[in-house]
Amino acid sequence: MDLIFSQLLDGLSIGAVLLLAATGLAIVFGLMGVINLAHGEFMMIGAYVTFVVQNIFRPLGGFAFESYYIIALIASFLVTAIFGVVLEKTLIRRLYGRPLETLLATWGISLILIQFVRSVSLAMVIGIAVTALLGWALQKFLPLPLKQASFASYLKGVLWTVAGIVGLIVISTTASIGRFFSNPWFGPRNLDVTPPKWLQGTWGSIAGIELPGIRIFIIILSALLIAAVVWFLTKSVWGVRIRAVTQNREMSNCLGIPTDSVDSITFGIGSGLAGVAGCAITLLGSVGPNLGGSYIVSCFMVIVLGGVGNLLGTIIASMMLGIIQSIIGSGSLLIAFPDMPNSLRSVVEFFATTSMSYVLVFIFIIAFLQFKPTGMFPQKGRSVEA
Amino acid sequence: MKLFKRLVPWILLAFAFFILPAMANSELFGFSQFRLNLFGRYFSLAFVALGVDLIWGYTGLLSLGQGIFFSLGGYAIAMHLLLVTKNDFTTGANGLPKFFENYGVDNLPFFWEPFWSFPVSIIAVFIVPSVIAGFVGYLIFRNRIKGVYFSIITQASLMVFYHFFNGQQKLVNGTNGLKTSTTEIFGLVAGSDEAQVLFFRITLILLPFAYLLCKYLTSGRFGDSLVAIRDDEPRLRFSGFNPTPFKVIVFVVAGGLAGISGALYTVQSGIVSPQFMSISMSIEMVIWVAVGGRGTLVGPIIGAVLVNYLRSLVSEALPEAWLFVQGALFVFVVVLMPDGIYGWFTKGGFTSMLAAFGIAKKTATYPKLDFDESVQEESFKV
Amino acid sequence: MTSSIPKRLLAGFAATAVGVTMTACGGGDSAGGGDFDGSIKVGILHSLSGTMAISETTLKEVEEMAIKEINDSGGVTIDDKSYKITYVSEDGASDWPTFAEKSQKLIDADKVAVVFGGWTSASRKAMLPVYEAKDHFLFYPIQYEGQECSKNIFYTGAVPNQQAEPAVDWLFDNFAEKYGKKVYLVGSDYVYPRTANTIIKEQVKSLGGVTVGEDYIPLGNTEVAPIIAKIKKEFPDGGIIINTLNGDSNVALFKQFKAAGITPEKYPIMSFSIAEEEIRQIGPEFVGGTYAAWNYFMSLGTPASNTFNEAFIEMYGDDRVTNDPMESAYNMVYLWKAAVEKAGTYEDLDAVRDAMIGIKMDAPQGPIEMYPNHHISQTVRIGEAKDDGQFEILWDSKTPVAPITWNQYVPETKGYACDWTLDRPDAGKYKM
Repeated sequence: MDLIFSQLLDGLSIGAVLLLAATGLAIVFGLMGVINLAHGEFMMIGAYVTFVVQNIFRPLGGFAFESYYIIALIASFLVTAIFGVVLEKTLIRRLYGRPLETLLATWGISLILIQFVRSVSLAMVIGIAVTALLGWALQKFLPLPLKQASFASYLKGVLWTVAGIVGLIVISTTASIGRFFSNPWFGPRNLDVTPPKWLQGTWGSIAGIELPGIRIFIIILSALLIAAVVWFLTKSVWGVRIRAVTQNREMSNCLGIPTDSVDSITFGIGSGLAGVAGCAITLLGSVGPNLGGSYIVSCFMVIVLGGVGNLLGTIIASMMLGIIQSIIGSGSLLIAFPDMPNSLRSVVEFFATTSMSYVLVFIFIIAFLQFKPTGMFPQKGRSVEA
Repeated sequence: MKLFKRLVPWILLAFAFFILPAMANSELFGFSQFRLNLFGRYFSLAFVALGVDLIWGYTGLLSLGQGIFFSLGGYAIAMHLLLVTKNDFTTGANGLPKFFENYGVDNLPFFWEPFWSFPVSIIAVFIVPSVIAGFVGYLIFRNRIKGVYFSIITQASLMVFYHFFNGQQKLVNGTNGLKTSTTEIFGLVAGSDEAQVLFFRITLILLPFAYLLCKYLTSGRFGDSLVAIRDDEPRLRFSGFNPTPFKVIVFVVAGGLAGISGALYTVQSGIVSPQFMSISMSIEMVIWVAVGGRGTLVGPIIGAVLVNYLRSLVSEALPEAWLFVQGALFVFVVVLMPDGIYGWFTKGGFTSMLAAFGIAKKTATYPKLDFDESVQEESFKV
Repeated sequence: MTSSIPKRLLAGFAATAVGVTMTACGGGDSAGGGDFDGSIKVGILHSLSGTMAISETTLKEVEEMAIKEINDSGGVTIDDKSYKITYVSEDGASDWPTFAEKSQKLIDADKVAVVFGGWTSASRKAMLPVYEAKDHFLFYPIQYEGQECSKNIFYTGAVPNQQAEPAVDWLFDNFAEKYGKKVYLVGSDYVYPRTANTIIKEQVKSLGGVTVGEDYIPLGNTEVAPIIAKIKKEFPDGGIIINTLNGDSNVALFKQFKAAGITPEKYPIMSFSIAEEEIRQIGPEFVGGTYAAWNYFMSLGTPASNTFNEAFIEMYGDDRVTNDPMESAYNMVYLWKAAVEKAGTYEDLDAVRDAMIGIKMDAPQGPIEMYPNHHISQTVRIGEAKDDGQFEILWDSKTPVAPITWNQYVPETKGYACDWTLDRPDAGKYKM
């Protein structure tokens, strides 16, 4: 029985990571009806921020290094939140009301982000800066008649292309100067993030079951964060606005709520949560460019299962997925119930690998949706779409 | 002029059918058998793109799971070829396909049995994906799941199949996939140049049929209903239509097209593997359609060939750049060119560009914003 | 207002397109010069993008280094004429069908004399039919599961009897007394770990031991908690673990092992896919104290190995490490050169293949020889990972071990052998 219990604990911690990652996605989806396929890459950014913070703190050693992780949590939230806001303001906003197109565009962003962390180097940063500056300057100092010409938008496109080409030339020339410029900062390899000492090892035991520090920490972290999100959404001014817009965008707009800012802030918070999730994942697994992809599908499942824009649903769904995966995937049912009938046994054995437990979870979700097409806790309303 | 326009695609097709293989043979303009083979693959991908266009461009359902049907078609033909070919490269000591030896499998798994027969296999290429598409589609559409939900669920289904095929080494060789290069078909080795030219021609012969099928489906009442589902499904429902059968049918057709596409692609690339069911592959299919022009039937074909050709060129020259280019293409097409290349030409994007440079006459729509000087002024003050 | 939309978006587009030239500076043929009578074009095919890029780019680098070394010392000599090696590098993109496609391109369009490439077994399996159908020729540098013997492929990595089997023997010699002859197998879910573990299970059985558990997780998956629970269940007080995980999963495994109290003191862990580069990525504090079996370690310390290490560091920077796959990728270029010179031709592939067999060379790892089964003899070594990211070599086989392609522990292949010098239709797999 203690096997089942420790599996439950593992399941909870898998669920906690999922929860951290899915909450951000769920809030954004609930508010804007937008699925952000780059969400996984925001997690990756969070993890890379953790890596950078760790490397800044490493030479300090001692207590300063032990506490780097707390700083990294905050930094990864802030950096990814800024990324999120920028993405919302530059791209998502333009696709408002076209959720499927947003899906495709964010997938494009995710590809760019993956390759960006792989190949970013000093030369590349210089090149991008040159492009941005040149592009801005060209627009700025364009003679007025040209600015007002009917073909102005095409002209601007051409100017930006020119700026881009100049940027490319800058990159290749600076990269040829030397390794200092051309060496990628991170490269395609996985990065080594070491949890501080106090997180490694076990934190005591209950009734003979060891409590791995990292897993307990992640469970506590996600509980605290969810509490913070709940507090924010229910008590703060912006939280109330977010909920108002989620429920009825047009009416909120009429009542003077700045829906644009609400969108930006929500997207920022959602992305920030992804960053924190990425920071938490560094404790468990590898930090590499492909980090996001392995979590994103599970996050979607959580949202589908939990219902749109419902935090309770998200919590229950992610815990359920975590536990199912850990109990069935480990085959601990076989050990816990050694005398199950043979026919059942062969079925359970078939699914008792990590790959097949995924299959089972997905089948379960699709079956579940047959009975509850809008998730566990559907939004109540009188929309014809419901 | 109109006649000429209608003839252009057929001329291009005939050119591809007769001239390209000859060029490849004589290595004219640096064109080789390898390039010909690549073009064969691109054209076979056009089938799946047509299917995506039917469900997404016309019906407004973004499926991120077409890879399932694509791979199933590929697996069907690969299983047949592996079974019927008897040579040292493909057949193991026990008479079964060689890879079974690695896992100590002596009895053919039951679902391989039907694939001994050529007609059954050919039918299976599009029937199996269609049936599965019908089943999945029915379960999904019955519950009025649509929009982003539909996309996510198709993606989840994709992952179910991916993990299943990836994990089942004893049944379908897991990650490694099935290889067809050394198998024999019509008395030719599938990897040989003769067979590849044959596959290329078969692809080109089938493509017009797929096109005509889609044309038939999208014109007339059926096509109108699809567009109605896309544009305002509740209204369609309120006027007494049940959209579910329409959606299921179109999903089934798209699945069947994907299956044919997968089979043609597999024999030309020489391998079918669970990689065809990766998330990215299925999303890429959508972007081919978006680039070519959704809601048109020529667009997906143009898109599939063009994007994949671009991919080959970029990844040969600058392997690391492809992701940047691809990502930028997604964003660019979605935001700036929602009608795609073909749509840009046919739906007024091109003429309005000419108009902007004063080459063509301006066309104005109500309320004639483009002509109103005061509106133009204001937009610059913002 | 329509104009501002394209404006801002193009900004993003331009900025991203900038990345394009990142690669423009790499790749391409090495600079010309010198007095050569001609050139030989070879192909290099590794994943330069995607998940496997992390490992495979190092092979490309070391192959480029070998080619540069050969060219600098006069190129390939055939009939007193010297030929410069030029190369075409293609990207396998961590995608098996792409490997097949690019192989076709290298053979058909580029008309290369030989291809060096691949890493994962799946990529090799995808390429194999292409080389067989075109009767062309590929060098594959990675340790793999064996059970394959193709006329068209030369394998310069270890087969199980040169890596896994001695490692299991060594584990039992050293730890069986303490933990019993019980092993737990953990692997990624693809062909190498599955086949290797099949062999290990048979070997363990024939040594009188038991395999108490066997687990596979999908490539790239990082959720290893269920496996940890099962290991703790089977081995509450420690036991032998054999790890054939690849890539990202290793990081998760070792991090979570440590958190769960599965430490090297109580649990001897033997890994077959962890080399110097992987230690750096996982972090020495997590892998330190675990064991690995390879044919080459950077810390070997022989003059040949030091020369190799120094040459690599000289070319690619002193923060880099070498490892076993890189060493064998380096060897294969030299083996091919030797065969071409022996055969006196690079165009007649049959002649080159025949000449290949029996070629000996002093590799960084020590003497190696190409056997008639297209594999090479290798010295087996077992090392313990240390905190400085290097291995301390604990044991070696003293002499090179001859390769056995068809595994003799596995009932299905017991008694079979491969010998391409024999003139018989089943030379690839015949009953001894």
